[in-house]
Amino acid sequence: MSDLKKLKDEFLSKLRGKLNLSEVNQIKSELFGKNGLIPTQFKKIGTIAESEKKKFASDLNIIKDELQSLINSKINEAENTEINKKLEQERIDITLPERSFVRGKIHPVSQTIDEISSIFSEIGFSVEEGPDVENEYNNFTALNTPENHPARDMHDTFYLDEKKQNLLRTHTSPVQIRTMIKDKPPFKIIAPGRTYRSDSDQTHTPMFHQVEGLHIDKDINMGHLKGCLNYFIKEFFEVDKIKMRFRPSHFPFTEPSAEVDIGYEMKDGKIIVGEGDQWLEILGCGMVHPNVLKNVNVDTAKYQGYAFGIGIDRLAMLKYGINDLRAFFDCDYRWLSHFGFDPLDVPSNYRGLSR
Amino acid sequence: MKITFDWLKDHLKTNLKEKDLLEHLTNIGLEVESVESLSADVELFKIAKIIKVEKHPNADLLKICDVNIGNKDVKKVVCGAENARQGLITVYAPPNATIPKTKTKLTVAKIRGVTSYGMLCSESELNLSDESEGIIELSSKLEKKIGESYFSKSKSNLIDLSITPNRPDCLGIRGIARDLSASGFGKLIDQKEKKLNSKKKQTLKVKITKEKGQGCSVFGSCLITNVKNTESPKWLKNKLISVGQKPISAIVDITNYVMLDINRPLHAYDADKIEKGIIVRNSKSGEEFTALDNKKYKLEKGMCVISDNKGVLGLGGIIGGIRSSTEFDTKNILLEAAYFDPRSIRNTAKKLNLDTDAKFRFERGIDPLSIEQGLNKAARLIEEICGGEISKMDIQKIEIFKLKNISFKPDLFEKISGFKVSLKEMVKILEDLGFKCKNEKKNLRLTIPSWRPDILQEIDIVEELARISGYNKIKIIDPIKKRKKPTLNKSQRLFHFLQRSVASKGYLEAITWSFTDSNYNNHFKDSKKEIKVVNPISSELDVLRNSIFSNLVMYMNKNLDRGFKDLSIFEIGPIFTGSNPGDQNTVVCGLSAGKKSRLSWIEKERNVDVFDVKRDVIQTLVEAGYNSDQFFIDNKTPNYYHPGKSGRIFLNRGKDQVAAYFGEIHPNILKKVDLKTDALVGFEIFIDNLKLPNKTLNDQKTKFSFSDYQKSERDFAFIVNKDVNAQDLINAVSSVDRDLVSNIKVFDVYEGDNIPENQKSIAISVTIQSSEKTLNETDLEKINNSIIQSVENKTGAKIRS
Repeated sequence: MSDLKKLKDEFLSKLRGKLNLSEVNQIKSELFGKNGLIPTQFKKIGTIAESEKKKFASDLNIIKDELQSLINSKINEAENTEINKKLEQERIDITLPERSFVRGKIHPVSQTIDEISSIFSEIGFSVEEGPDVENEYNNFTALNTPENHPARDMHDTFYLDEKKQNLLRTHTSPVQIRTMIKDKPPFKIIAPGRTYRSDSDQTHTPMFHQVEGLHIDKDINMGHLKGCLNYFIKEFFEVDKIKMRFRPSHFPFTEPSAEVDIGYEMKDGKIIVGEGDQWLEILGCGMVHPNVLKNVNVDTAKYQGYAFGIGIDRLAMLKYGINDLRAFFDCDYRWLSHFGFDPLDVPSNYRGLSR
Repeated sequence: MKITFDWLKDHLKTNLKEKDLLEHLTNIGLEVESVESLSADVELFKIAKIIKVEKHPNADLLKICDVNIGNKDVKKVVCGAENARQGLITVYAPPNATIPKTKTKLTVAKIRGVTSYGMLCSESELNLSDESEGIIELSSKLEKKIGESYFSKSKSNLIDLSITPNRPDCLGIRGIARDLSASGFGKLIDQKEKKLNSKKKQTLKVKITKEKGQGCSVFGSCLITNVKNTESPKWLKNKLISVGQKPISAIVDITNYVMLDINRPLHAYDADKIEKGIIVRNSKSGEEFTALDNKKYKLEKGMCVISDNKGVLGLGGIIGGIRSSTEFDTKNILLEAAYFDPRSIRNTAKKLNLDTDAKFRFERGIDPLSIEQGLNKAARLIEEICGGEISKMDIQKIEIFKLKNISFKPDLFEKISGFKVSLKEMVKILEDLGFKCKNEKKNLRLTIPSWRPDILQEIDIVEELARISGYNKIKIIDPIKKRKKPTLNKSQRLFHFLQRSVASKGYLEAITWSFTDSNYNNHFKDSKKEIKVVNPISSELDVLRNSIFSNLVMYMNKNLDRGFKDLSIFEIGPIFTGSNPGDQNTVVCGLSAGKKSRLSWIEKERNVDVFDVKRDVIQTLVEAGYNSDQFFIDNKTPNYYHPGKSGRIFLNRGKDQVAAYFGEIHPNILKKVDLKTDALVGFEIFIDNLKLPNKTLNDQKTKFSFSDYQKSERDFAFIVNKDVNAQDLINAVSSVDRDLVSNIKVFDVYEGDNIPENQKSIAISVTIQSSEKTLNETDLEKINNSIIQSVENKTGAKIRS
């Protein structure tokens, strides 16, 4: 057996066992260190007879490569073992709780307002606003509800002065008046906001929310009104079909006036909109009264159109199965957490109104 | 307005069912509020005969009656009535029946040890009269009807309609019948009544004074002499009971009946109690009278009163007086049918806070031409029921009512409603409603019926035609999906953004009243004016809020009481600065209480503090697009903040308007409102003070540029007087060279050992980088020195060696 073969066999057997990193390194320097066995063998090449030189060199190279690769893989193996050992020691109880986080929420009324705005945005309405404190003229007189009109009794008004000149608006309709005075027709607006009536019981709160709609243009008739509301209700309740009923009613500022009912049924104590034989009143609407248009200098020979008013809180209750109106304004942490919406849940046309 | 189908049938010939009626009523705008089934219960009350009476073993005043309730069924009933006797035919109410007067439901009950199956009823218990002495005594002729229901006639359901204020005519059954027949539900029955044909003069003189503001324009009357007021006959009682009215006496019942039937309010006076004659006039200031509600009213000047020589008898069209009221022994009656001006009625009733059925009707407008019909109908009934002699009618008027005409363009209908109705059909509908129609070139000339004060112009005719034709004929025109204007304007977008931005930082959005408790408001109004609500719904909601804090603090307290310790809430909405429209600002107001990392295994718990809330405000403003490099912050805040731990933010150094306040809520306020928490911090962002960017987001983005040259980070520690703000140091550093110096951070603030008293150490880290080259040591040294110099010169600081 040649020296080389001996060397190889010896080290192959040394490397066979399980070695830690320093042991492998020890072998490595023994073989490949400055005065290691392999370099020593290479130095020998010069002294070997010419005839054997070639074979010796070739054998030596093969042995060198073989040992080198074996050592490398042994180093790898040893390193892995050590890392794994270290990681094993670092093991933690991953079921311990994460760092705490707090979730903020958007109030269901705000969410509903955004949903409404998103729906009407699609069909070209823009959002207008008006002040919470109104004068008597904008809230009543301009809306064809003069002093001494019995319809004023239906609005239990909060007043801010003894002369009853300034008041908290009882509906969002004065925004119609402000918008039409400010701009020129056509008008296509919605006006969501706070409204106030001196009324407080199980189903009434002294403050609530309404959204007003107004569309004035040439030749806008009751068919457009019906179409607009039909579209809105379907979109809002996210159903394909809706049962809707227009019923004659009376509001001083619209004529003809209508109240709108939607069909529903009760399933497991929850209201299902769009089905069933029962009717639920959800809004009032009509063609804007010519007296109102005259009050804001809109030419009634050229322009006409419709207006509607919807209770936002009620819509939110219907859609999200909320039973108690009073809880909307009671600021109970548990209620807000439960019925509130994640701030990233922004209603929009492309991603849908609700999850 | 309460009606029954039976009563409607007095005016309407129809074979249709009640179910159809309800649908029809709603379809023509007479909304059905509720349908109360009376029949089910009422049928339980049976005609019965007492066949045996025994004394109650344990009570002297009680008797045990064996009652035959028909079909050979005999029940034992304990009864206390004195008149309960063998052979008496009376009314029996079984267990489960609800007694109309008391609304109590009967049960099988032991009375002093004896079981009683039901009850024998008095008239008062059945709401038939006030007679509560003893049980009803029915005629022996009813022997054959034992076992039958006593209330045989009122099987009809009680239908409650919500009549809109424009339709006074539908406050009478006949008006409703007319509307129904116009819409194809039955045929209106003609009511031709015989005219009174009396030769007797009305001897009581009536005068309407002609004066300014006279609220009465017509006063019709007739005198009925030698009557015998009595209880009403059963048909009349049943009629009134069927719509929930209580029978009183024939004369009162008859006036009520006529009012309900044709919406013609009447008033009956005891003619013998009137001194000389009737004068209809304006009241004098301070005049007094006692009304039928037994209350004394002190009148203001100018109210329309019916009076005699002695003074006020009643308020015309609102309420009569005690002095001239009819009673069972009344002999001579003056019957009044008048027309009162709706405005006058409303003013008077409002001032006196009086609400009566008559007032409700007159203020909506009574048919001015119904006076004779009303007198006629009522007088005849009185004569029929109470006997007596009717005089001629006396009609005094100071104004003559003229029927109004309007000219209607038939094309207008389709233009507004969007559907077609033929001219022939239009005329039919209008005539059925009582209009007179005449063709006038292309238009219709319409005479408006006297009972429709609501019809004033063409659009009113459109509504009549539309509602009678049916709103279901309106075709749906689908909306066009086209947008010409942005949905939200810039400030609305900002509102929307801030709302969701604050919520994303762990705040729950609340919506609270725009009003608040003045006691709470006082803590937070600072220098703002208190705005009182004149008629608050409660004393706890008596002012408009000057700040959102008052409500948030109140509700925060409630939540703390519920046991929640760490929570953040916010509201975005109006605060008020005055009582005129527009005196309001939109504010985002947040409140954070308690601790961070309470009961955490991994992090140390600590109280929420002013720098938490400062981060929330700054981050929100930055997210909304404002550049924090421009912000200016100082410590001048309203008095509801902790004076040492609060600040205000301006969007730029120019100190425009305050963008926001933040800080700890003043500890004194917490003490006063008894709010117990580890810490309470809050903020207010004033949306109206935030300048809206003129440019779009796209324009705002400056050219994207960055430097790839090596950057170096340097730290400096300065010793400075305690009253110098960190911001001053930062400003001094950043003033050196904005192109080279960036990312200025305060990373340590220290007071105490090794630092002189009244001084503190502030350590700042700075990034130095050029966009043109890699800076060498000399460059860096130069900048270092400039920074040190700038800080030392501007703040009096000394670099720590």
